[in-house]
Amino acid sequence: MTNKEPIGRFRFMNEQRVNLDGFATPAPELGLVAFNGLNDPKPSLTIRDNRIVEMDGRSESEFDSIDEFIARHGLDLSVAQEAMAIEDIDFARRIVDPNHSRADIVRLSSGMTPAKLAAVLSLLNAAELVIAMTKMRARRTPSNQAHVTNRSDDPLLLAADAATAAAFGFRELETTVPVAGDAPSNAVAVSIGAAVGSPGVLVQCSVEESAELALGMRGLVSYAETVSLYGTEQIFIDGDDTPWSKAFLTSAYASRGIKMRVTSGGGSEALMGGAEKCSMFYLEARCVALARAIGAQGVQNGGIDSAAVAGAVPGGVRSLMAENVMVMLRNLEACTGNDALMSESDVRRTSRTHPIFIGGSDFINSGFGSIQRYDNMFGPSQWNSEDIDDFLAMQRDWGVDGGLRTADEVEVERLRRRATEAVTAVYSWLGLGDFSQEWAEEAIDAAGSKDISSGDLMLPLTAARTIMETNVTMLDVIAALAENGFDPEAQRCLDMLKARVAGDYLQTSAIFDEQMNVLSLVTDPNEYSGPGTGYQPSSARQAEIDTIRQQRSVSDLRTEQQSFANKNIFATGAAETSYDPRDVVIGVSPATGKDIWVTLSGLSLADAISEVLAGLEEEGCTGRIVRINDTLDLGMIGLTAARLSGSGVSVGLQAKGTALIHRRDLAPLANLELYSVAPTITRELYRMMGINAGRHAKGATPEPVRNPYSDEAIEARYHTKVVSLVAIERECVNSNGPEVMELR
Amino acid sequence: MSEQKGFSGKNVSEVTVESIRRGDITLDDVRIHPETLAKQAQVARDNGNPQLAENFLRAAELTLLSDELVMSYYDALRPGRSTPTQLFEIADELSKHGAEKNAELFRQAADVYARRGLAAK
Repeated sequence: MTNKEPIGRFRFMNEQRVNLDGFATPAPELGLVAFNGLNDPKPSLTIRDNRIVEMDGRSESEFDSIDEFIARHGLDLSVAQEAMAIEDIDFARRIVDPNHSRADIVRLSSGMTPAKLAAVLSLLNAAELVIAMTKMRARRTPSNQAHVTNRSDDPLLLAADAATAAAFGFRELETTVPVAGDAPSNAVAVSIGAAVGSPGVLVQCSVEESAELALGMRGLVSYAETVSLYGTEQIFIDGDDTPWSKAFLTSAYASRGIKMRVTSGGGSEALMGGAEKCSMFYLEARCVALARAIGAQGVQNGGIDSAAVAGAVPGGVRSLMAENVMVMLRNLEACTGNDALMSESDVRRTSRTHPIFIGGSDFINSGFGSIQRYDNMFGPSQWNSEDIDDFLAMQRDWGVDGGLRTADEVEVERLRRRATEAVTAVYSWLGLGDFSQEWAEEAIDAAGSKDISSGDLMLPLTAARTIMETNVTMLDVIAALAENGFDPEAQRCLDMLKARVAGDYLQTSAIFDEQMNVLSLVTDPNEYSGPGTGYQPSSARQAEIDTIRQQRSVSDLRTEQQSFANKNIFATGAAETSYDPRDVVIGVSPATGKDIWVTLSGLSLADAISEVLAGLEEEGCTGRIVRINDTLDLGMIGLTAARLSGSGVSVGLQAKGTALIHRRDLAPLANLELYSVAPTITRELYRMMGINAGRHAKGATPEPVRNPYSDEAIEARYHTKVVSLVAIERECVNSNGPEVMELR
Repeated sequence: MSEQKGFSGKNVSEVTVESIRRGDITLDDVRIHPETLAKQAQVARDNGNPQLAENFLRAAELTLLSDELVMSYYDALRPGRSTPTQLFEIADELSKHGAEKNAELFRQAADVYARRGLAAK
């Protein structure tokens, strides 16, 4: 062992954020392996007298409670023989083959054991998983879910952030609490905020199973998700449930008309030390089979809290996506993880999400942190509020519907104000608590709870207790909204209650659109069967995807340029050829003094020209400004100027700021010095260019000025502006000869 | 949807912000009716998910039970809470309520819990 420091290349690599992540050597005896665990059984199924007597290598006397529930409830025995007889590779190919319908894949999958589906899906590579997801998800229209939480359970901030999340397009909002007792207050605040933001946004409050059901029964939340399943009996029991209690709980939710999905995810058993030498993927296959068996309409999986465990082993990220696809094969709603942050690296976390994003799922994220990382009481998410613009740009880049849309700043401010006003009114009306105006103003403006200093940290707990003790239900909240003039919000909350009476949103993959139509497996089935089929965004939706708030048009740029227009630089007459050896022409482009006033670096064009003039003067030369009207090519501008120049040397300057030094005996595209990266050219550099041009004019050979170095994505920042500025220049091109310009 | 009736039998069209404001509405008016769940079960079956259908049918039975009773039965099914005998007793109570599918679930649980050591000692 030597103490020698690694060489520089490795010191540098070690410092990169990806090396904060843990990477595990596969340890099959601990379940730290994505596929092919030591104890993963070979698929098998024996049916006798219409009863499963053996499954995946275990006889019925050896069944644990998970096997037992799956065997008694989970499989369609009428197709099981046919399904189990299909070769794994054959079925894997059918999954990605558009000629085999989703319906047929679903029908056969319902007769397959956990080990069988695990074996089949482990054969799909990453690209095939994307196709499988595109074809197999239940609902045609993709959607997304947000986390809305904060460190202090601040009801005003929760409501403002819920309204904001709804404005950005999230159709499900999940809240939770750092202080368990605050839950009822959070449920009320988020439900109100969601109703302010949009009709039909589903709300849940993730707490202990009984407490969550109680909130649902009072109408304070509209769906439930954190009903956890595990792939081994021991861990299941550690979670204080059995397959039977979960089945009953599932029915209990449905009996109150409340949508519910279960949660599982590869790696959880290994994380809790109970993987029984099985792979993460096989154990998850048991969870998904069980989810179907207990009658849940959907599953949140893809690692969830244990995503980083799967991410630590080879193939782990692929197994997370394969879990999601397995849910789809079982004909269930897929809420596809991308939830807990699984890497410190922006590259890795994007890589983990991207195939699911382009494949499309019922909910791309089972929890996009719509709030700041520090406010996420589930822990930082894979995607957080700082990533919303990235996500919107990705949607636009790929033309993909990831469920989000650009929200207008003025509108978001209005919604945040309205949300805080509604919560203030309801809490006051129901005797839950009073908020100061100062607190409300801070909540409206806040990017996170750290921006709020005037909150009362005890208020949420007091409010929550009052809700429980005085038996506040959603009916009371609706009445309070209406009494205080929040009629649309009252109606939206009521519509969510009425939806429970109809029960249509209990069906697989159900969400509401903004007109309160249910979109589900039943009403909006995915019928993808190859290119040109399946989900296509409506033209209105495509416009939402394409139109991000940062985009600028040529006319936007023109208007911006015009705001800097002045009369300091103007043409005075035709330019003549000079014979003065000290004469250096500064050739400027056609839009100079007309439509372009500021260079890409933000310097005014007049200032840039002044610096060149000053540099020339320092060298004892005389600068002459001449507008070259018949070309926008910088080489030709420079050469034309050089031919008018008494010294034969010129400076060429495009209005966007690109500049060069030219000489009359050179080819048009040659030059003596070039400043190519206009956005980085400073005043000092323009002066240096003037100085060097002067030296060239005197026959010297100055040291060229180096273009400033930058590791920023200069082209990404400026290329769209360049296109617009060039277009403006082109419109200014005319056949007029060179004109002398005066600068005051 | 206008034809829909709530658990109480009240037509959901009578449930308005105004009627809530007057205090005329109870949670039972905005609770799902067992017949609606039975219809949803058929929809689930028609869409390739008989297990979801079974869940809705069990749920239809549970609509008739109070919130408290539902919660207490759930707790009874959690690991180590009930002896097999107690689970059979609940099954009989459920049968009396006409909740035969749920009763069957409890009887099955009683057997499995005994075999797998999940019952109360």
